[in-house]
Amino acid sequence: MTTQERLTISRESQLEDSGYKWGFTTDIEMEMAPKGVNADIVRLISEKKDEPEWMLEWRLKALEYWNGLQLQDAEPRWAKLRYPEIDYQDIYYYAAPKTLDDAPKSLDEVDPEMLETFDKLGIPLHERERLAGVAVDAVFDSVSVATTYADQLEERGIIFCSFTEAVQKHPELVQKYLGSVVPYTDNFFAALNSAVFSDGSFAYIPPGVRCPIELMTYFRINTEGTGQFERTLIVADEGAYVSYLEGCTAPIRRTSQLHAAVVELVSLDRGEIKYSTIQNWYPGTKDGQGGVYNFVTKRGITGNDAKISWTQVETGSAITWKYPSVILRGDNSVGEFYSVALANNYQQADTGTKMIHIGKNTKSTIVSKGISAGHGENTYRGGVKILPGAENATNHTQCDSLLVGDQCGAHTVPYIEVRNPTARLEHEASTSKVSDEQLFYLMARGISEEDAHYMIITGWSRDVIKELPFEFALEAGQLLKVSLEGAVG
Amino acid sequence: MLKIENLHAVVTDSEEEILKGIDLEVSPGEVHAIMGPNGSGKSTLANVLMGKPSYSVTDGDITVDGESIVELMPDARAHLGMFLAMQYPSEVPGVRPWQFLKAAKDAIDNANGQSKMSVRAFSKLFDEKVTETGINPDLIKRSLNEGFSGGEKKRNEMLQMQVLAPRIAIMDETDSGLDIDALQAVADGVNKMRSPDRSFVIVTHYQRLLHYVKPDVVHILVNGKIVETGGAPLAEKIEATGYRDYLTVR
Ligand SMILES: Nc1ncnc2c1ncn2[C@@H]1O[C@H](COP(=O)(O)OP(=O)(O)OP(=O)(O)O)[C@@H](O)[C@H]1O
Ligand SMILES: [Mg+2]
Repeated sequence: MTTQERLTISRESQLEDSGYKWGFTTDIEMEMAPKGVNADIVRLISEKKDEPEWMLEWRLKALEYWNGLQLQDAEPRWAKLRYPEIDYQDIYYYAAPKTLDDAPKSLDEVDPEMLETFDKLGIPLHERERLAGVAVDAVFDSVSVATTYADQLEERGIIFCSFTEAVQKHPELVQKYLGSVVPYTDNFFAALNSAVFSDGSFAYIPPGVRCPIELMTYFRINTEGTGQFERTLIVADEGAYVSYLEGCTAPIRRTSQLHAAVVELVSLDRGEIKYSTIQNWYPGTKDGQGGVYNFVTKRGITGNDAKISWTQVETGSAITWKYPSVILRGDNSVGEFYSVALANNYQQADTGTKMIHIGKNTKSTIVSKGISAGHGENTYRGGVKILPGAENATNHTQCDSLLVGDQCGAHTVPYIEVRNPTARLEHEASTSKVSDEQLFYLMARGISEEDAHYMIITGWSRDVIKELPFEFALEAGQLLKVSLEGAVG
Repeated sequence: MLKIENLHAVVTDSEEEILKGIDLEVSPGEVHAIMGPNGSGKSTLANVLMGKPSYSVTDGDITVDGESIVELMPDARAHLGMFLAMQYPSEVPGVRPWQFLKAAKDAIDNANGQSKMSVRAFSKLFDEKVTETGINPDLIKRSLNEGFSGGEKKRNEMLQMQVLAPRIAIMDETDSGLDIDALQAVADGVNKMRSPDRSFVIVTHYQRLLHYVKPDVVHILVNGKIVETGGAPLAEKIEATGYRDYLTVR
């Protein structure tokens, strides 16, 4: 099934409320722990997952650290985001489909209604052939349901499974790399995630292996008031290559939902990881009610001659707080960040990247495209840091803002710190509007006002979208269009 | 086919009147040339015909096949078979000429109850017209008009006109800034498209183009009004004497 077909399916479940096309909920029975976070909840989560002692210890240490931050009121407030105080004790930290205890061993055993939900989401689990080269490890409200293409990957020694499974089957790998890029002490949300993370994905590509397919995960947040805390760890061993896709949709919910994920990427010597995201979580209603609060810590670290490339298309969530970063530790390593972030209606996005140059001849590229529409507020926050040992480091930053209408805002906050005189940095920034001349030009050729806007905006975002794998790029274009509905025309 | 009656139009923002009562009738198959000094309102007329929102019609009417089009948005006018080759085509970053033109063709076909042209068939048509208009094939791999030279932009307008094959083609100084070969290509393009059911309104400053494309009617537009209408020889006269006579009369 192609991406376009998948989109058609998803679009059928249309809700007039905010024009959000992926809003539907399933009635699968949920098993829930009581609200709130404390050592007992953490133990319960760990126990449910049958985790080894070291994993529980790590979670508890993270919780202790987070409790300390809570006492100091250390929730970060530097971002240009406004949202009501989050009551962390009023959130469910664990929810699992009830049927999990007799865990599905194959697709045949998966709850049919869940399969149906995946169908709506467009993940054709029962149509593997037609999945055309994409393996899906779907996180459904915190528990991974099924992994496809496992055999193909196994042949090459590639591990791609849920995080929970990885803890069971590959504890040595998890223990070695977990927290090695984002330690639980990193920040408030990373600490919380480390304590209560429910599940997520794990991928390991052995030395010299090129992963033959794009690995793909879908995340969904389903239960009302459930915070989703997934944890992803991807390791490309020496000379390995992997392209990883993360796509998200979430059903409509009245109350705001907290999402605090952590993604760690480790690209060892000559390794390469390409990580692409489409984030389309519920942005709230047109007048700013509800929506997902997305606080994500994503970071990668490179070995010598290694590469990490982040590409993201962020159209969803009421609040986005997200800075996929690269620590360029190895000599000659490369870090890239390509981003399109859209804030429509009352959405607020504060996103960007950090490139930390440690190794010699390290090179980073940042292309950020922020689209603001309606009353949307879009902030690019980017840091480029050249440490003393980073001889001949180069950075190129291009940071463009596009305004649709005159009620929205675009802000650029670049931080630059250079501690080696051989560094070369370039920074380009622009702010533009969809011009009346462009619109007239397209419309005079017969293209509708809405499509003209859409064409101009996706064209403007092209430098980022072309970095996405082909099918994802199509989907991204569609998403921009859907997300802009109401803002134009 | 196209009829303009007592057309008055202002700049929407400032309400400054630019077109001060224009009458013009273009029958099927005719080629009309509009000449006039800089700032006389030629482009404004062309843009008002195409429905540019920065101008507002304050009086009079424009009809196509007897129906008023004054209330129609530019896209709806394109669906009726109108086309404007712009004097200053916009640059649209990241949008490929092929993609743009396919979207335009699909939109027009769709509005007229026709089925979408297949990608293959369209590509064939596109390539054919690229060759005919003599556009450098490298250009069409770039973003629409971005970094195109003045002449290249004009050729690109011709490419669009030939692919979309409008019934009423308005050309605003398409011949300005063209080298001899390009001018010849534009003229050939128009002549090839001339047919009993297609009309042209050609805004030009030069006799050059009209030498190749024989107009049926020539209008002189001065200060928002048509001050003289005649046959092809009128253009030759203008070439010789300029607009002095009209300007001093005023
Ligand atoms: N959007 C606008 N805002 C303000 N003034 C305008 C606008 N459009 C046109 N004008 C004015 O109207 C007059 C006619 O302009 P127009 O572009 O139609 O002239 P033209 O005959 O096409 O000239 P040229 O031969 O130089 O192309 C000029 O004085 C111009 O400054
Ligand atoms: Mg003009």
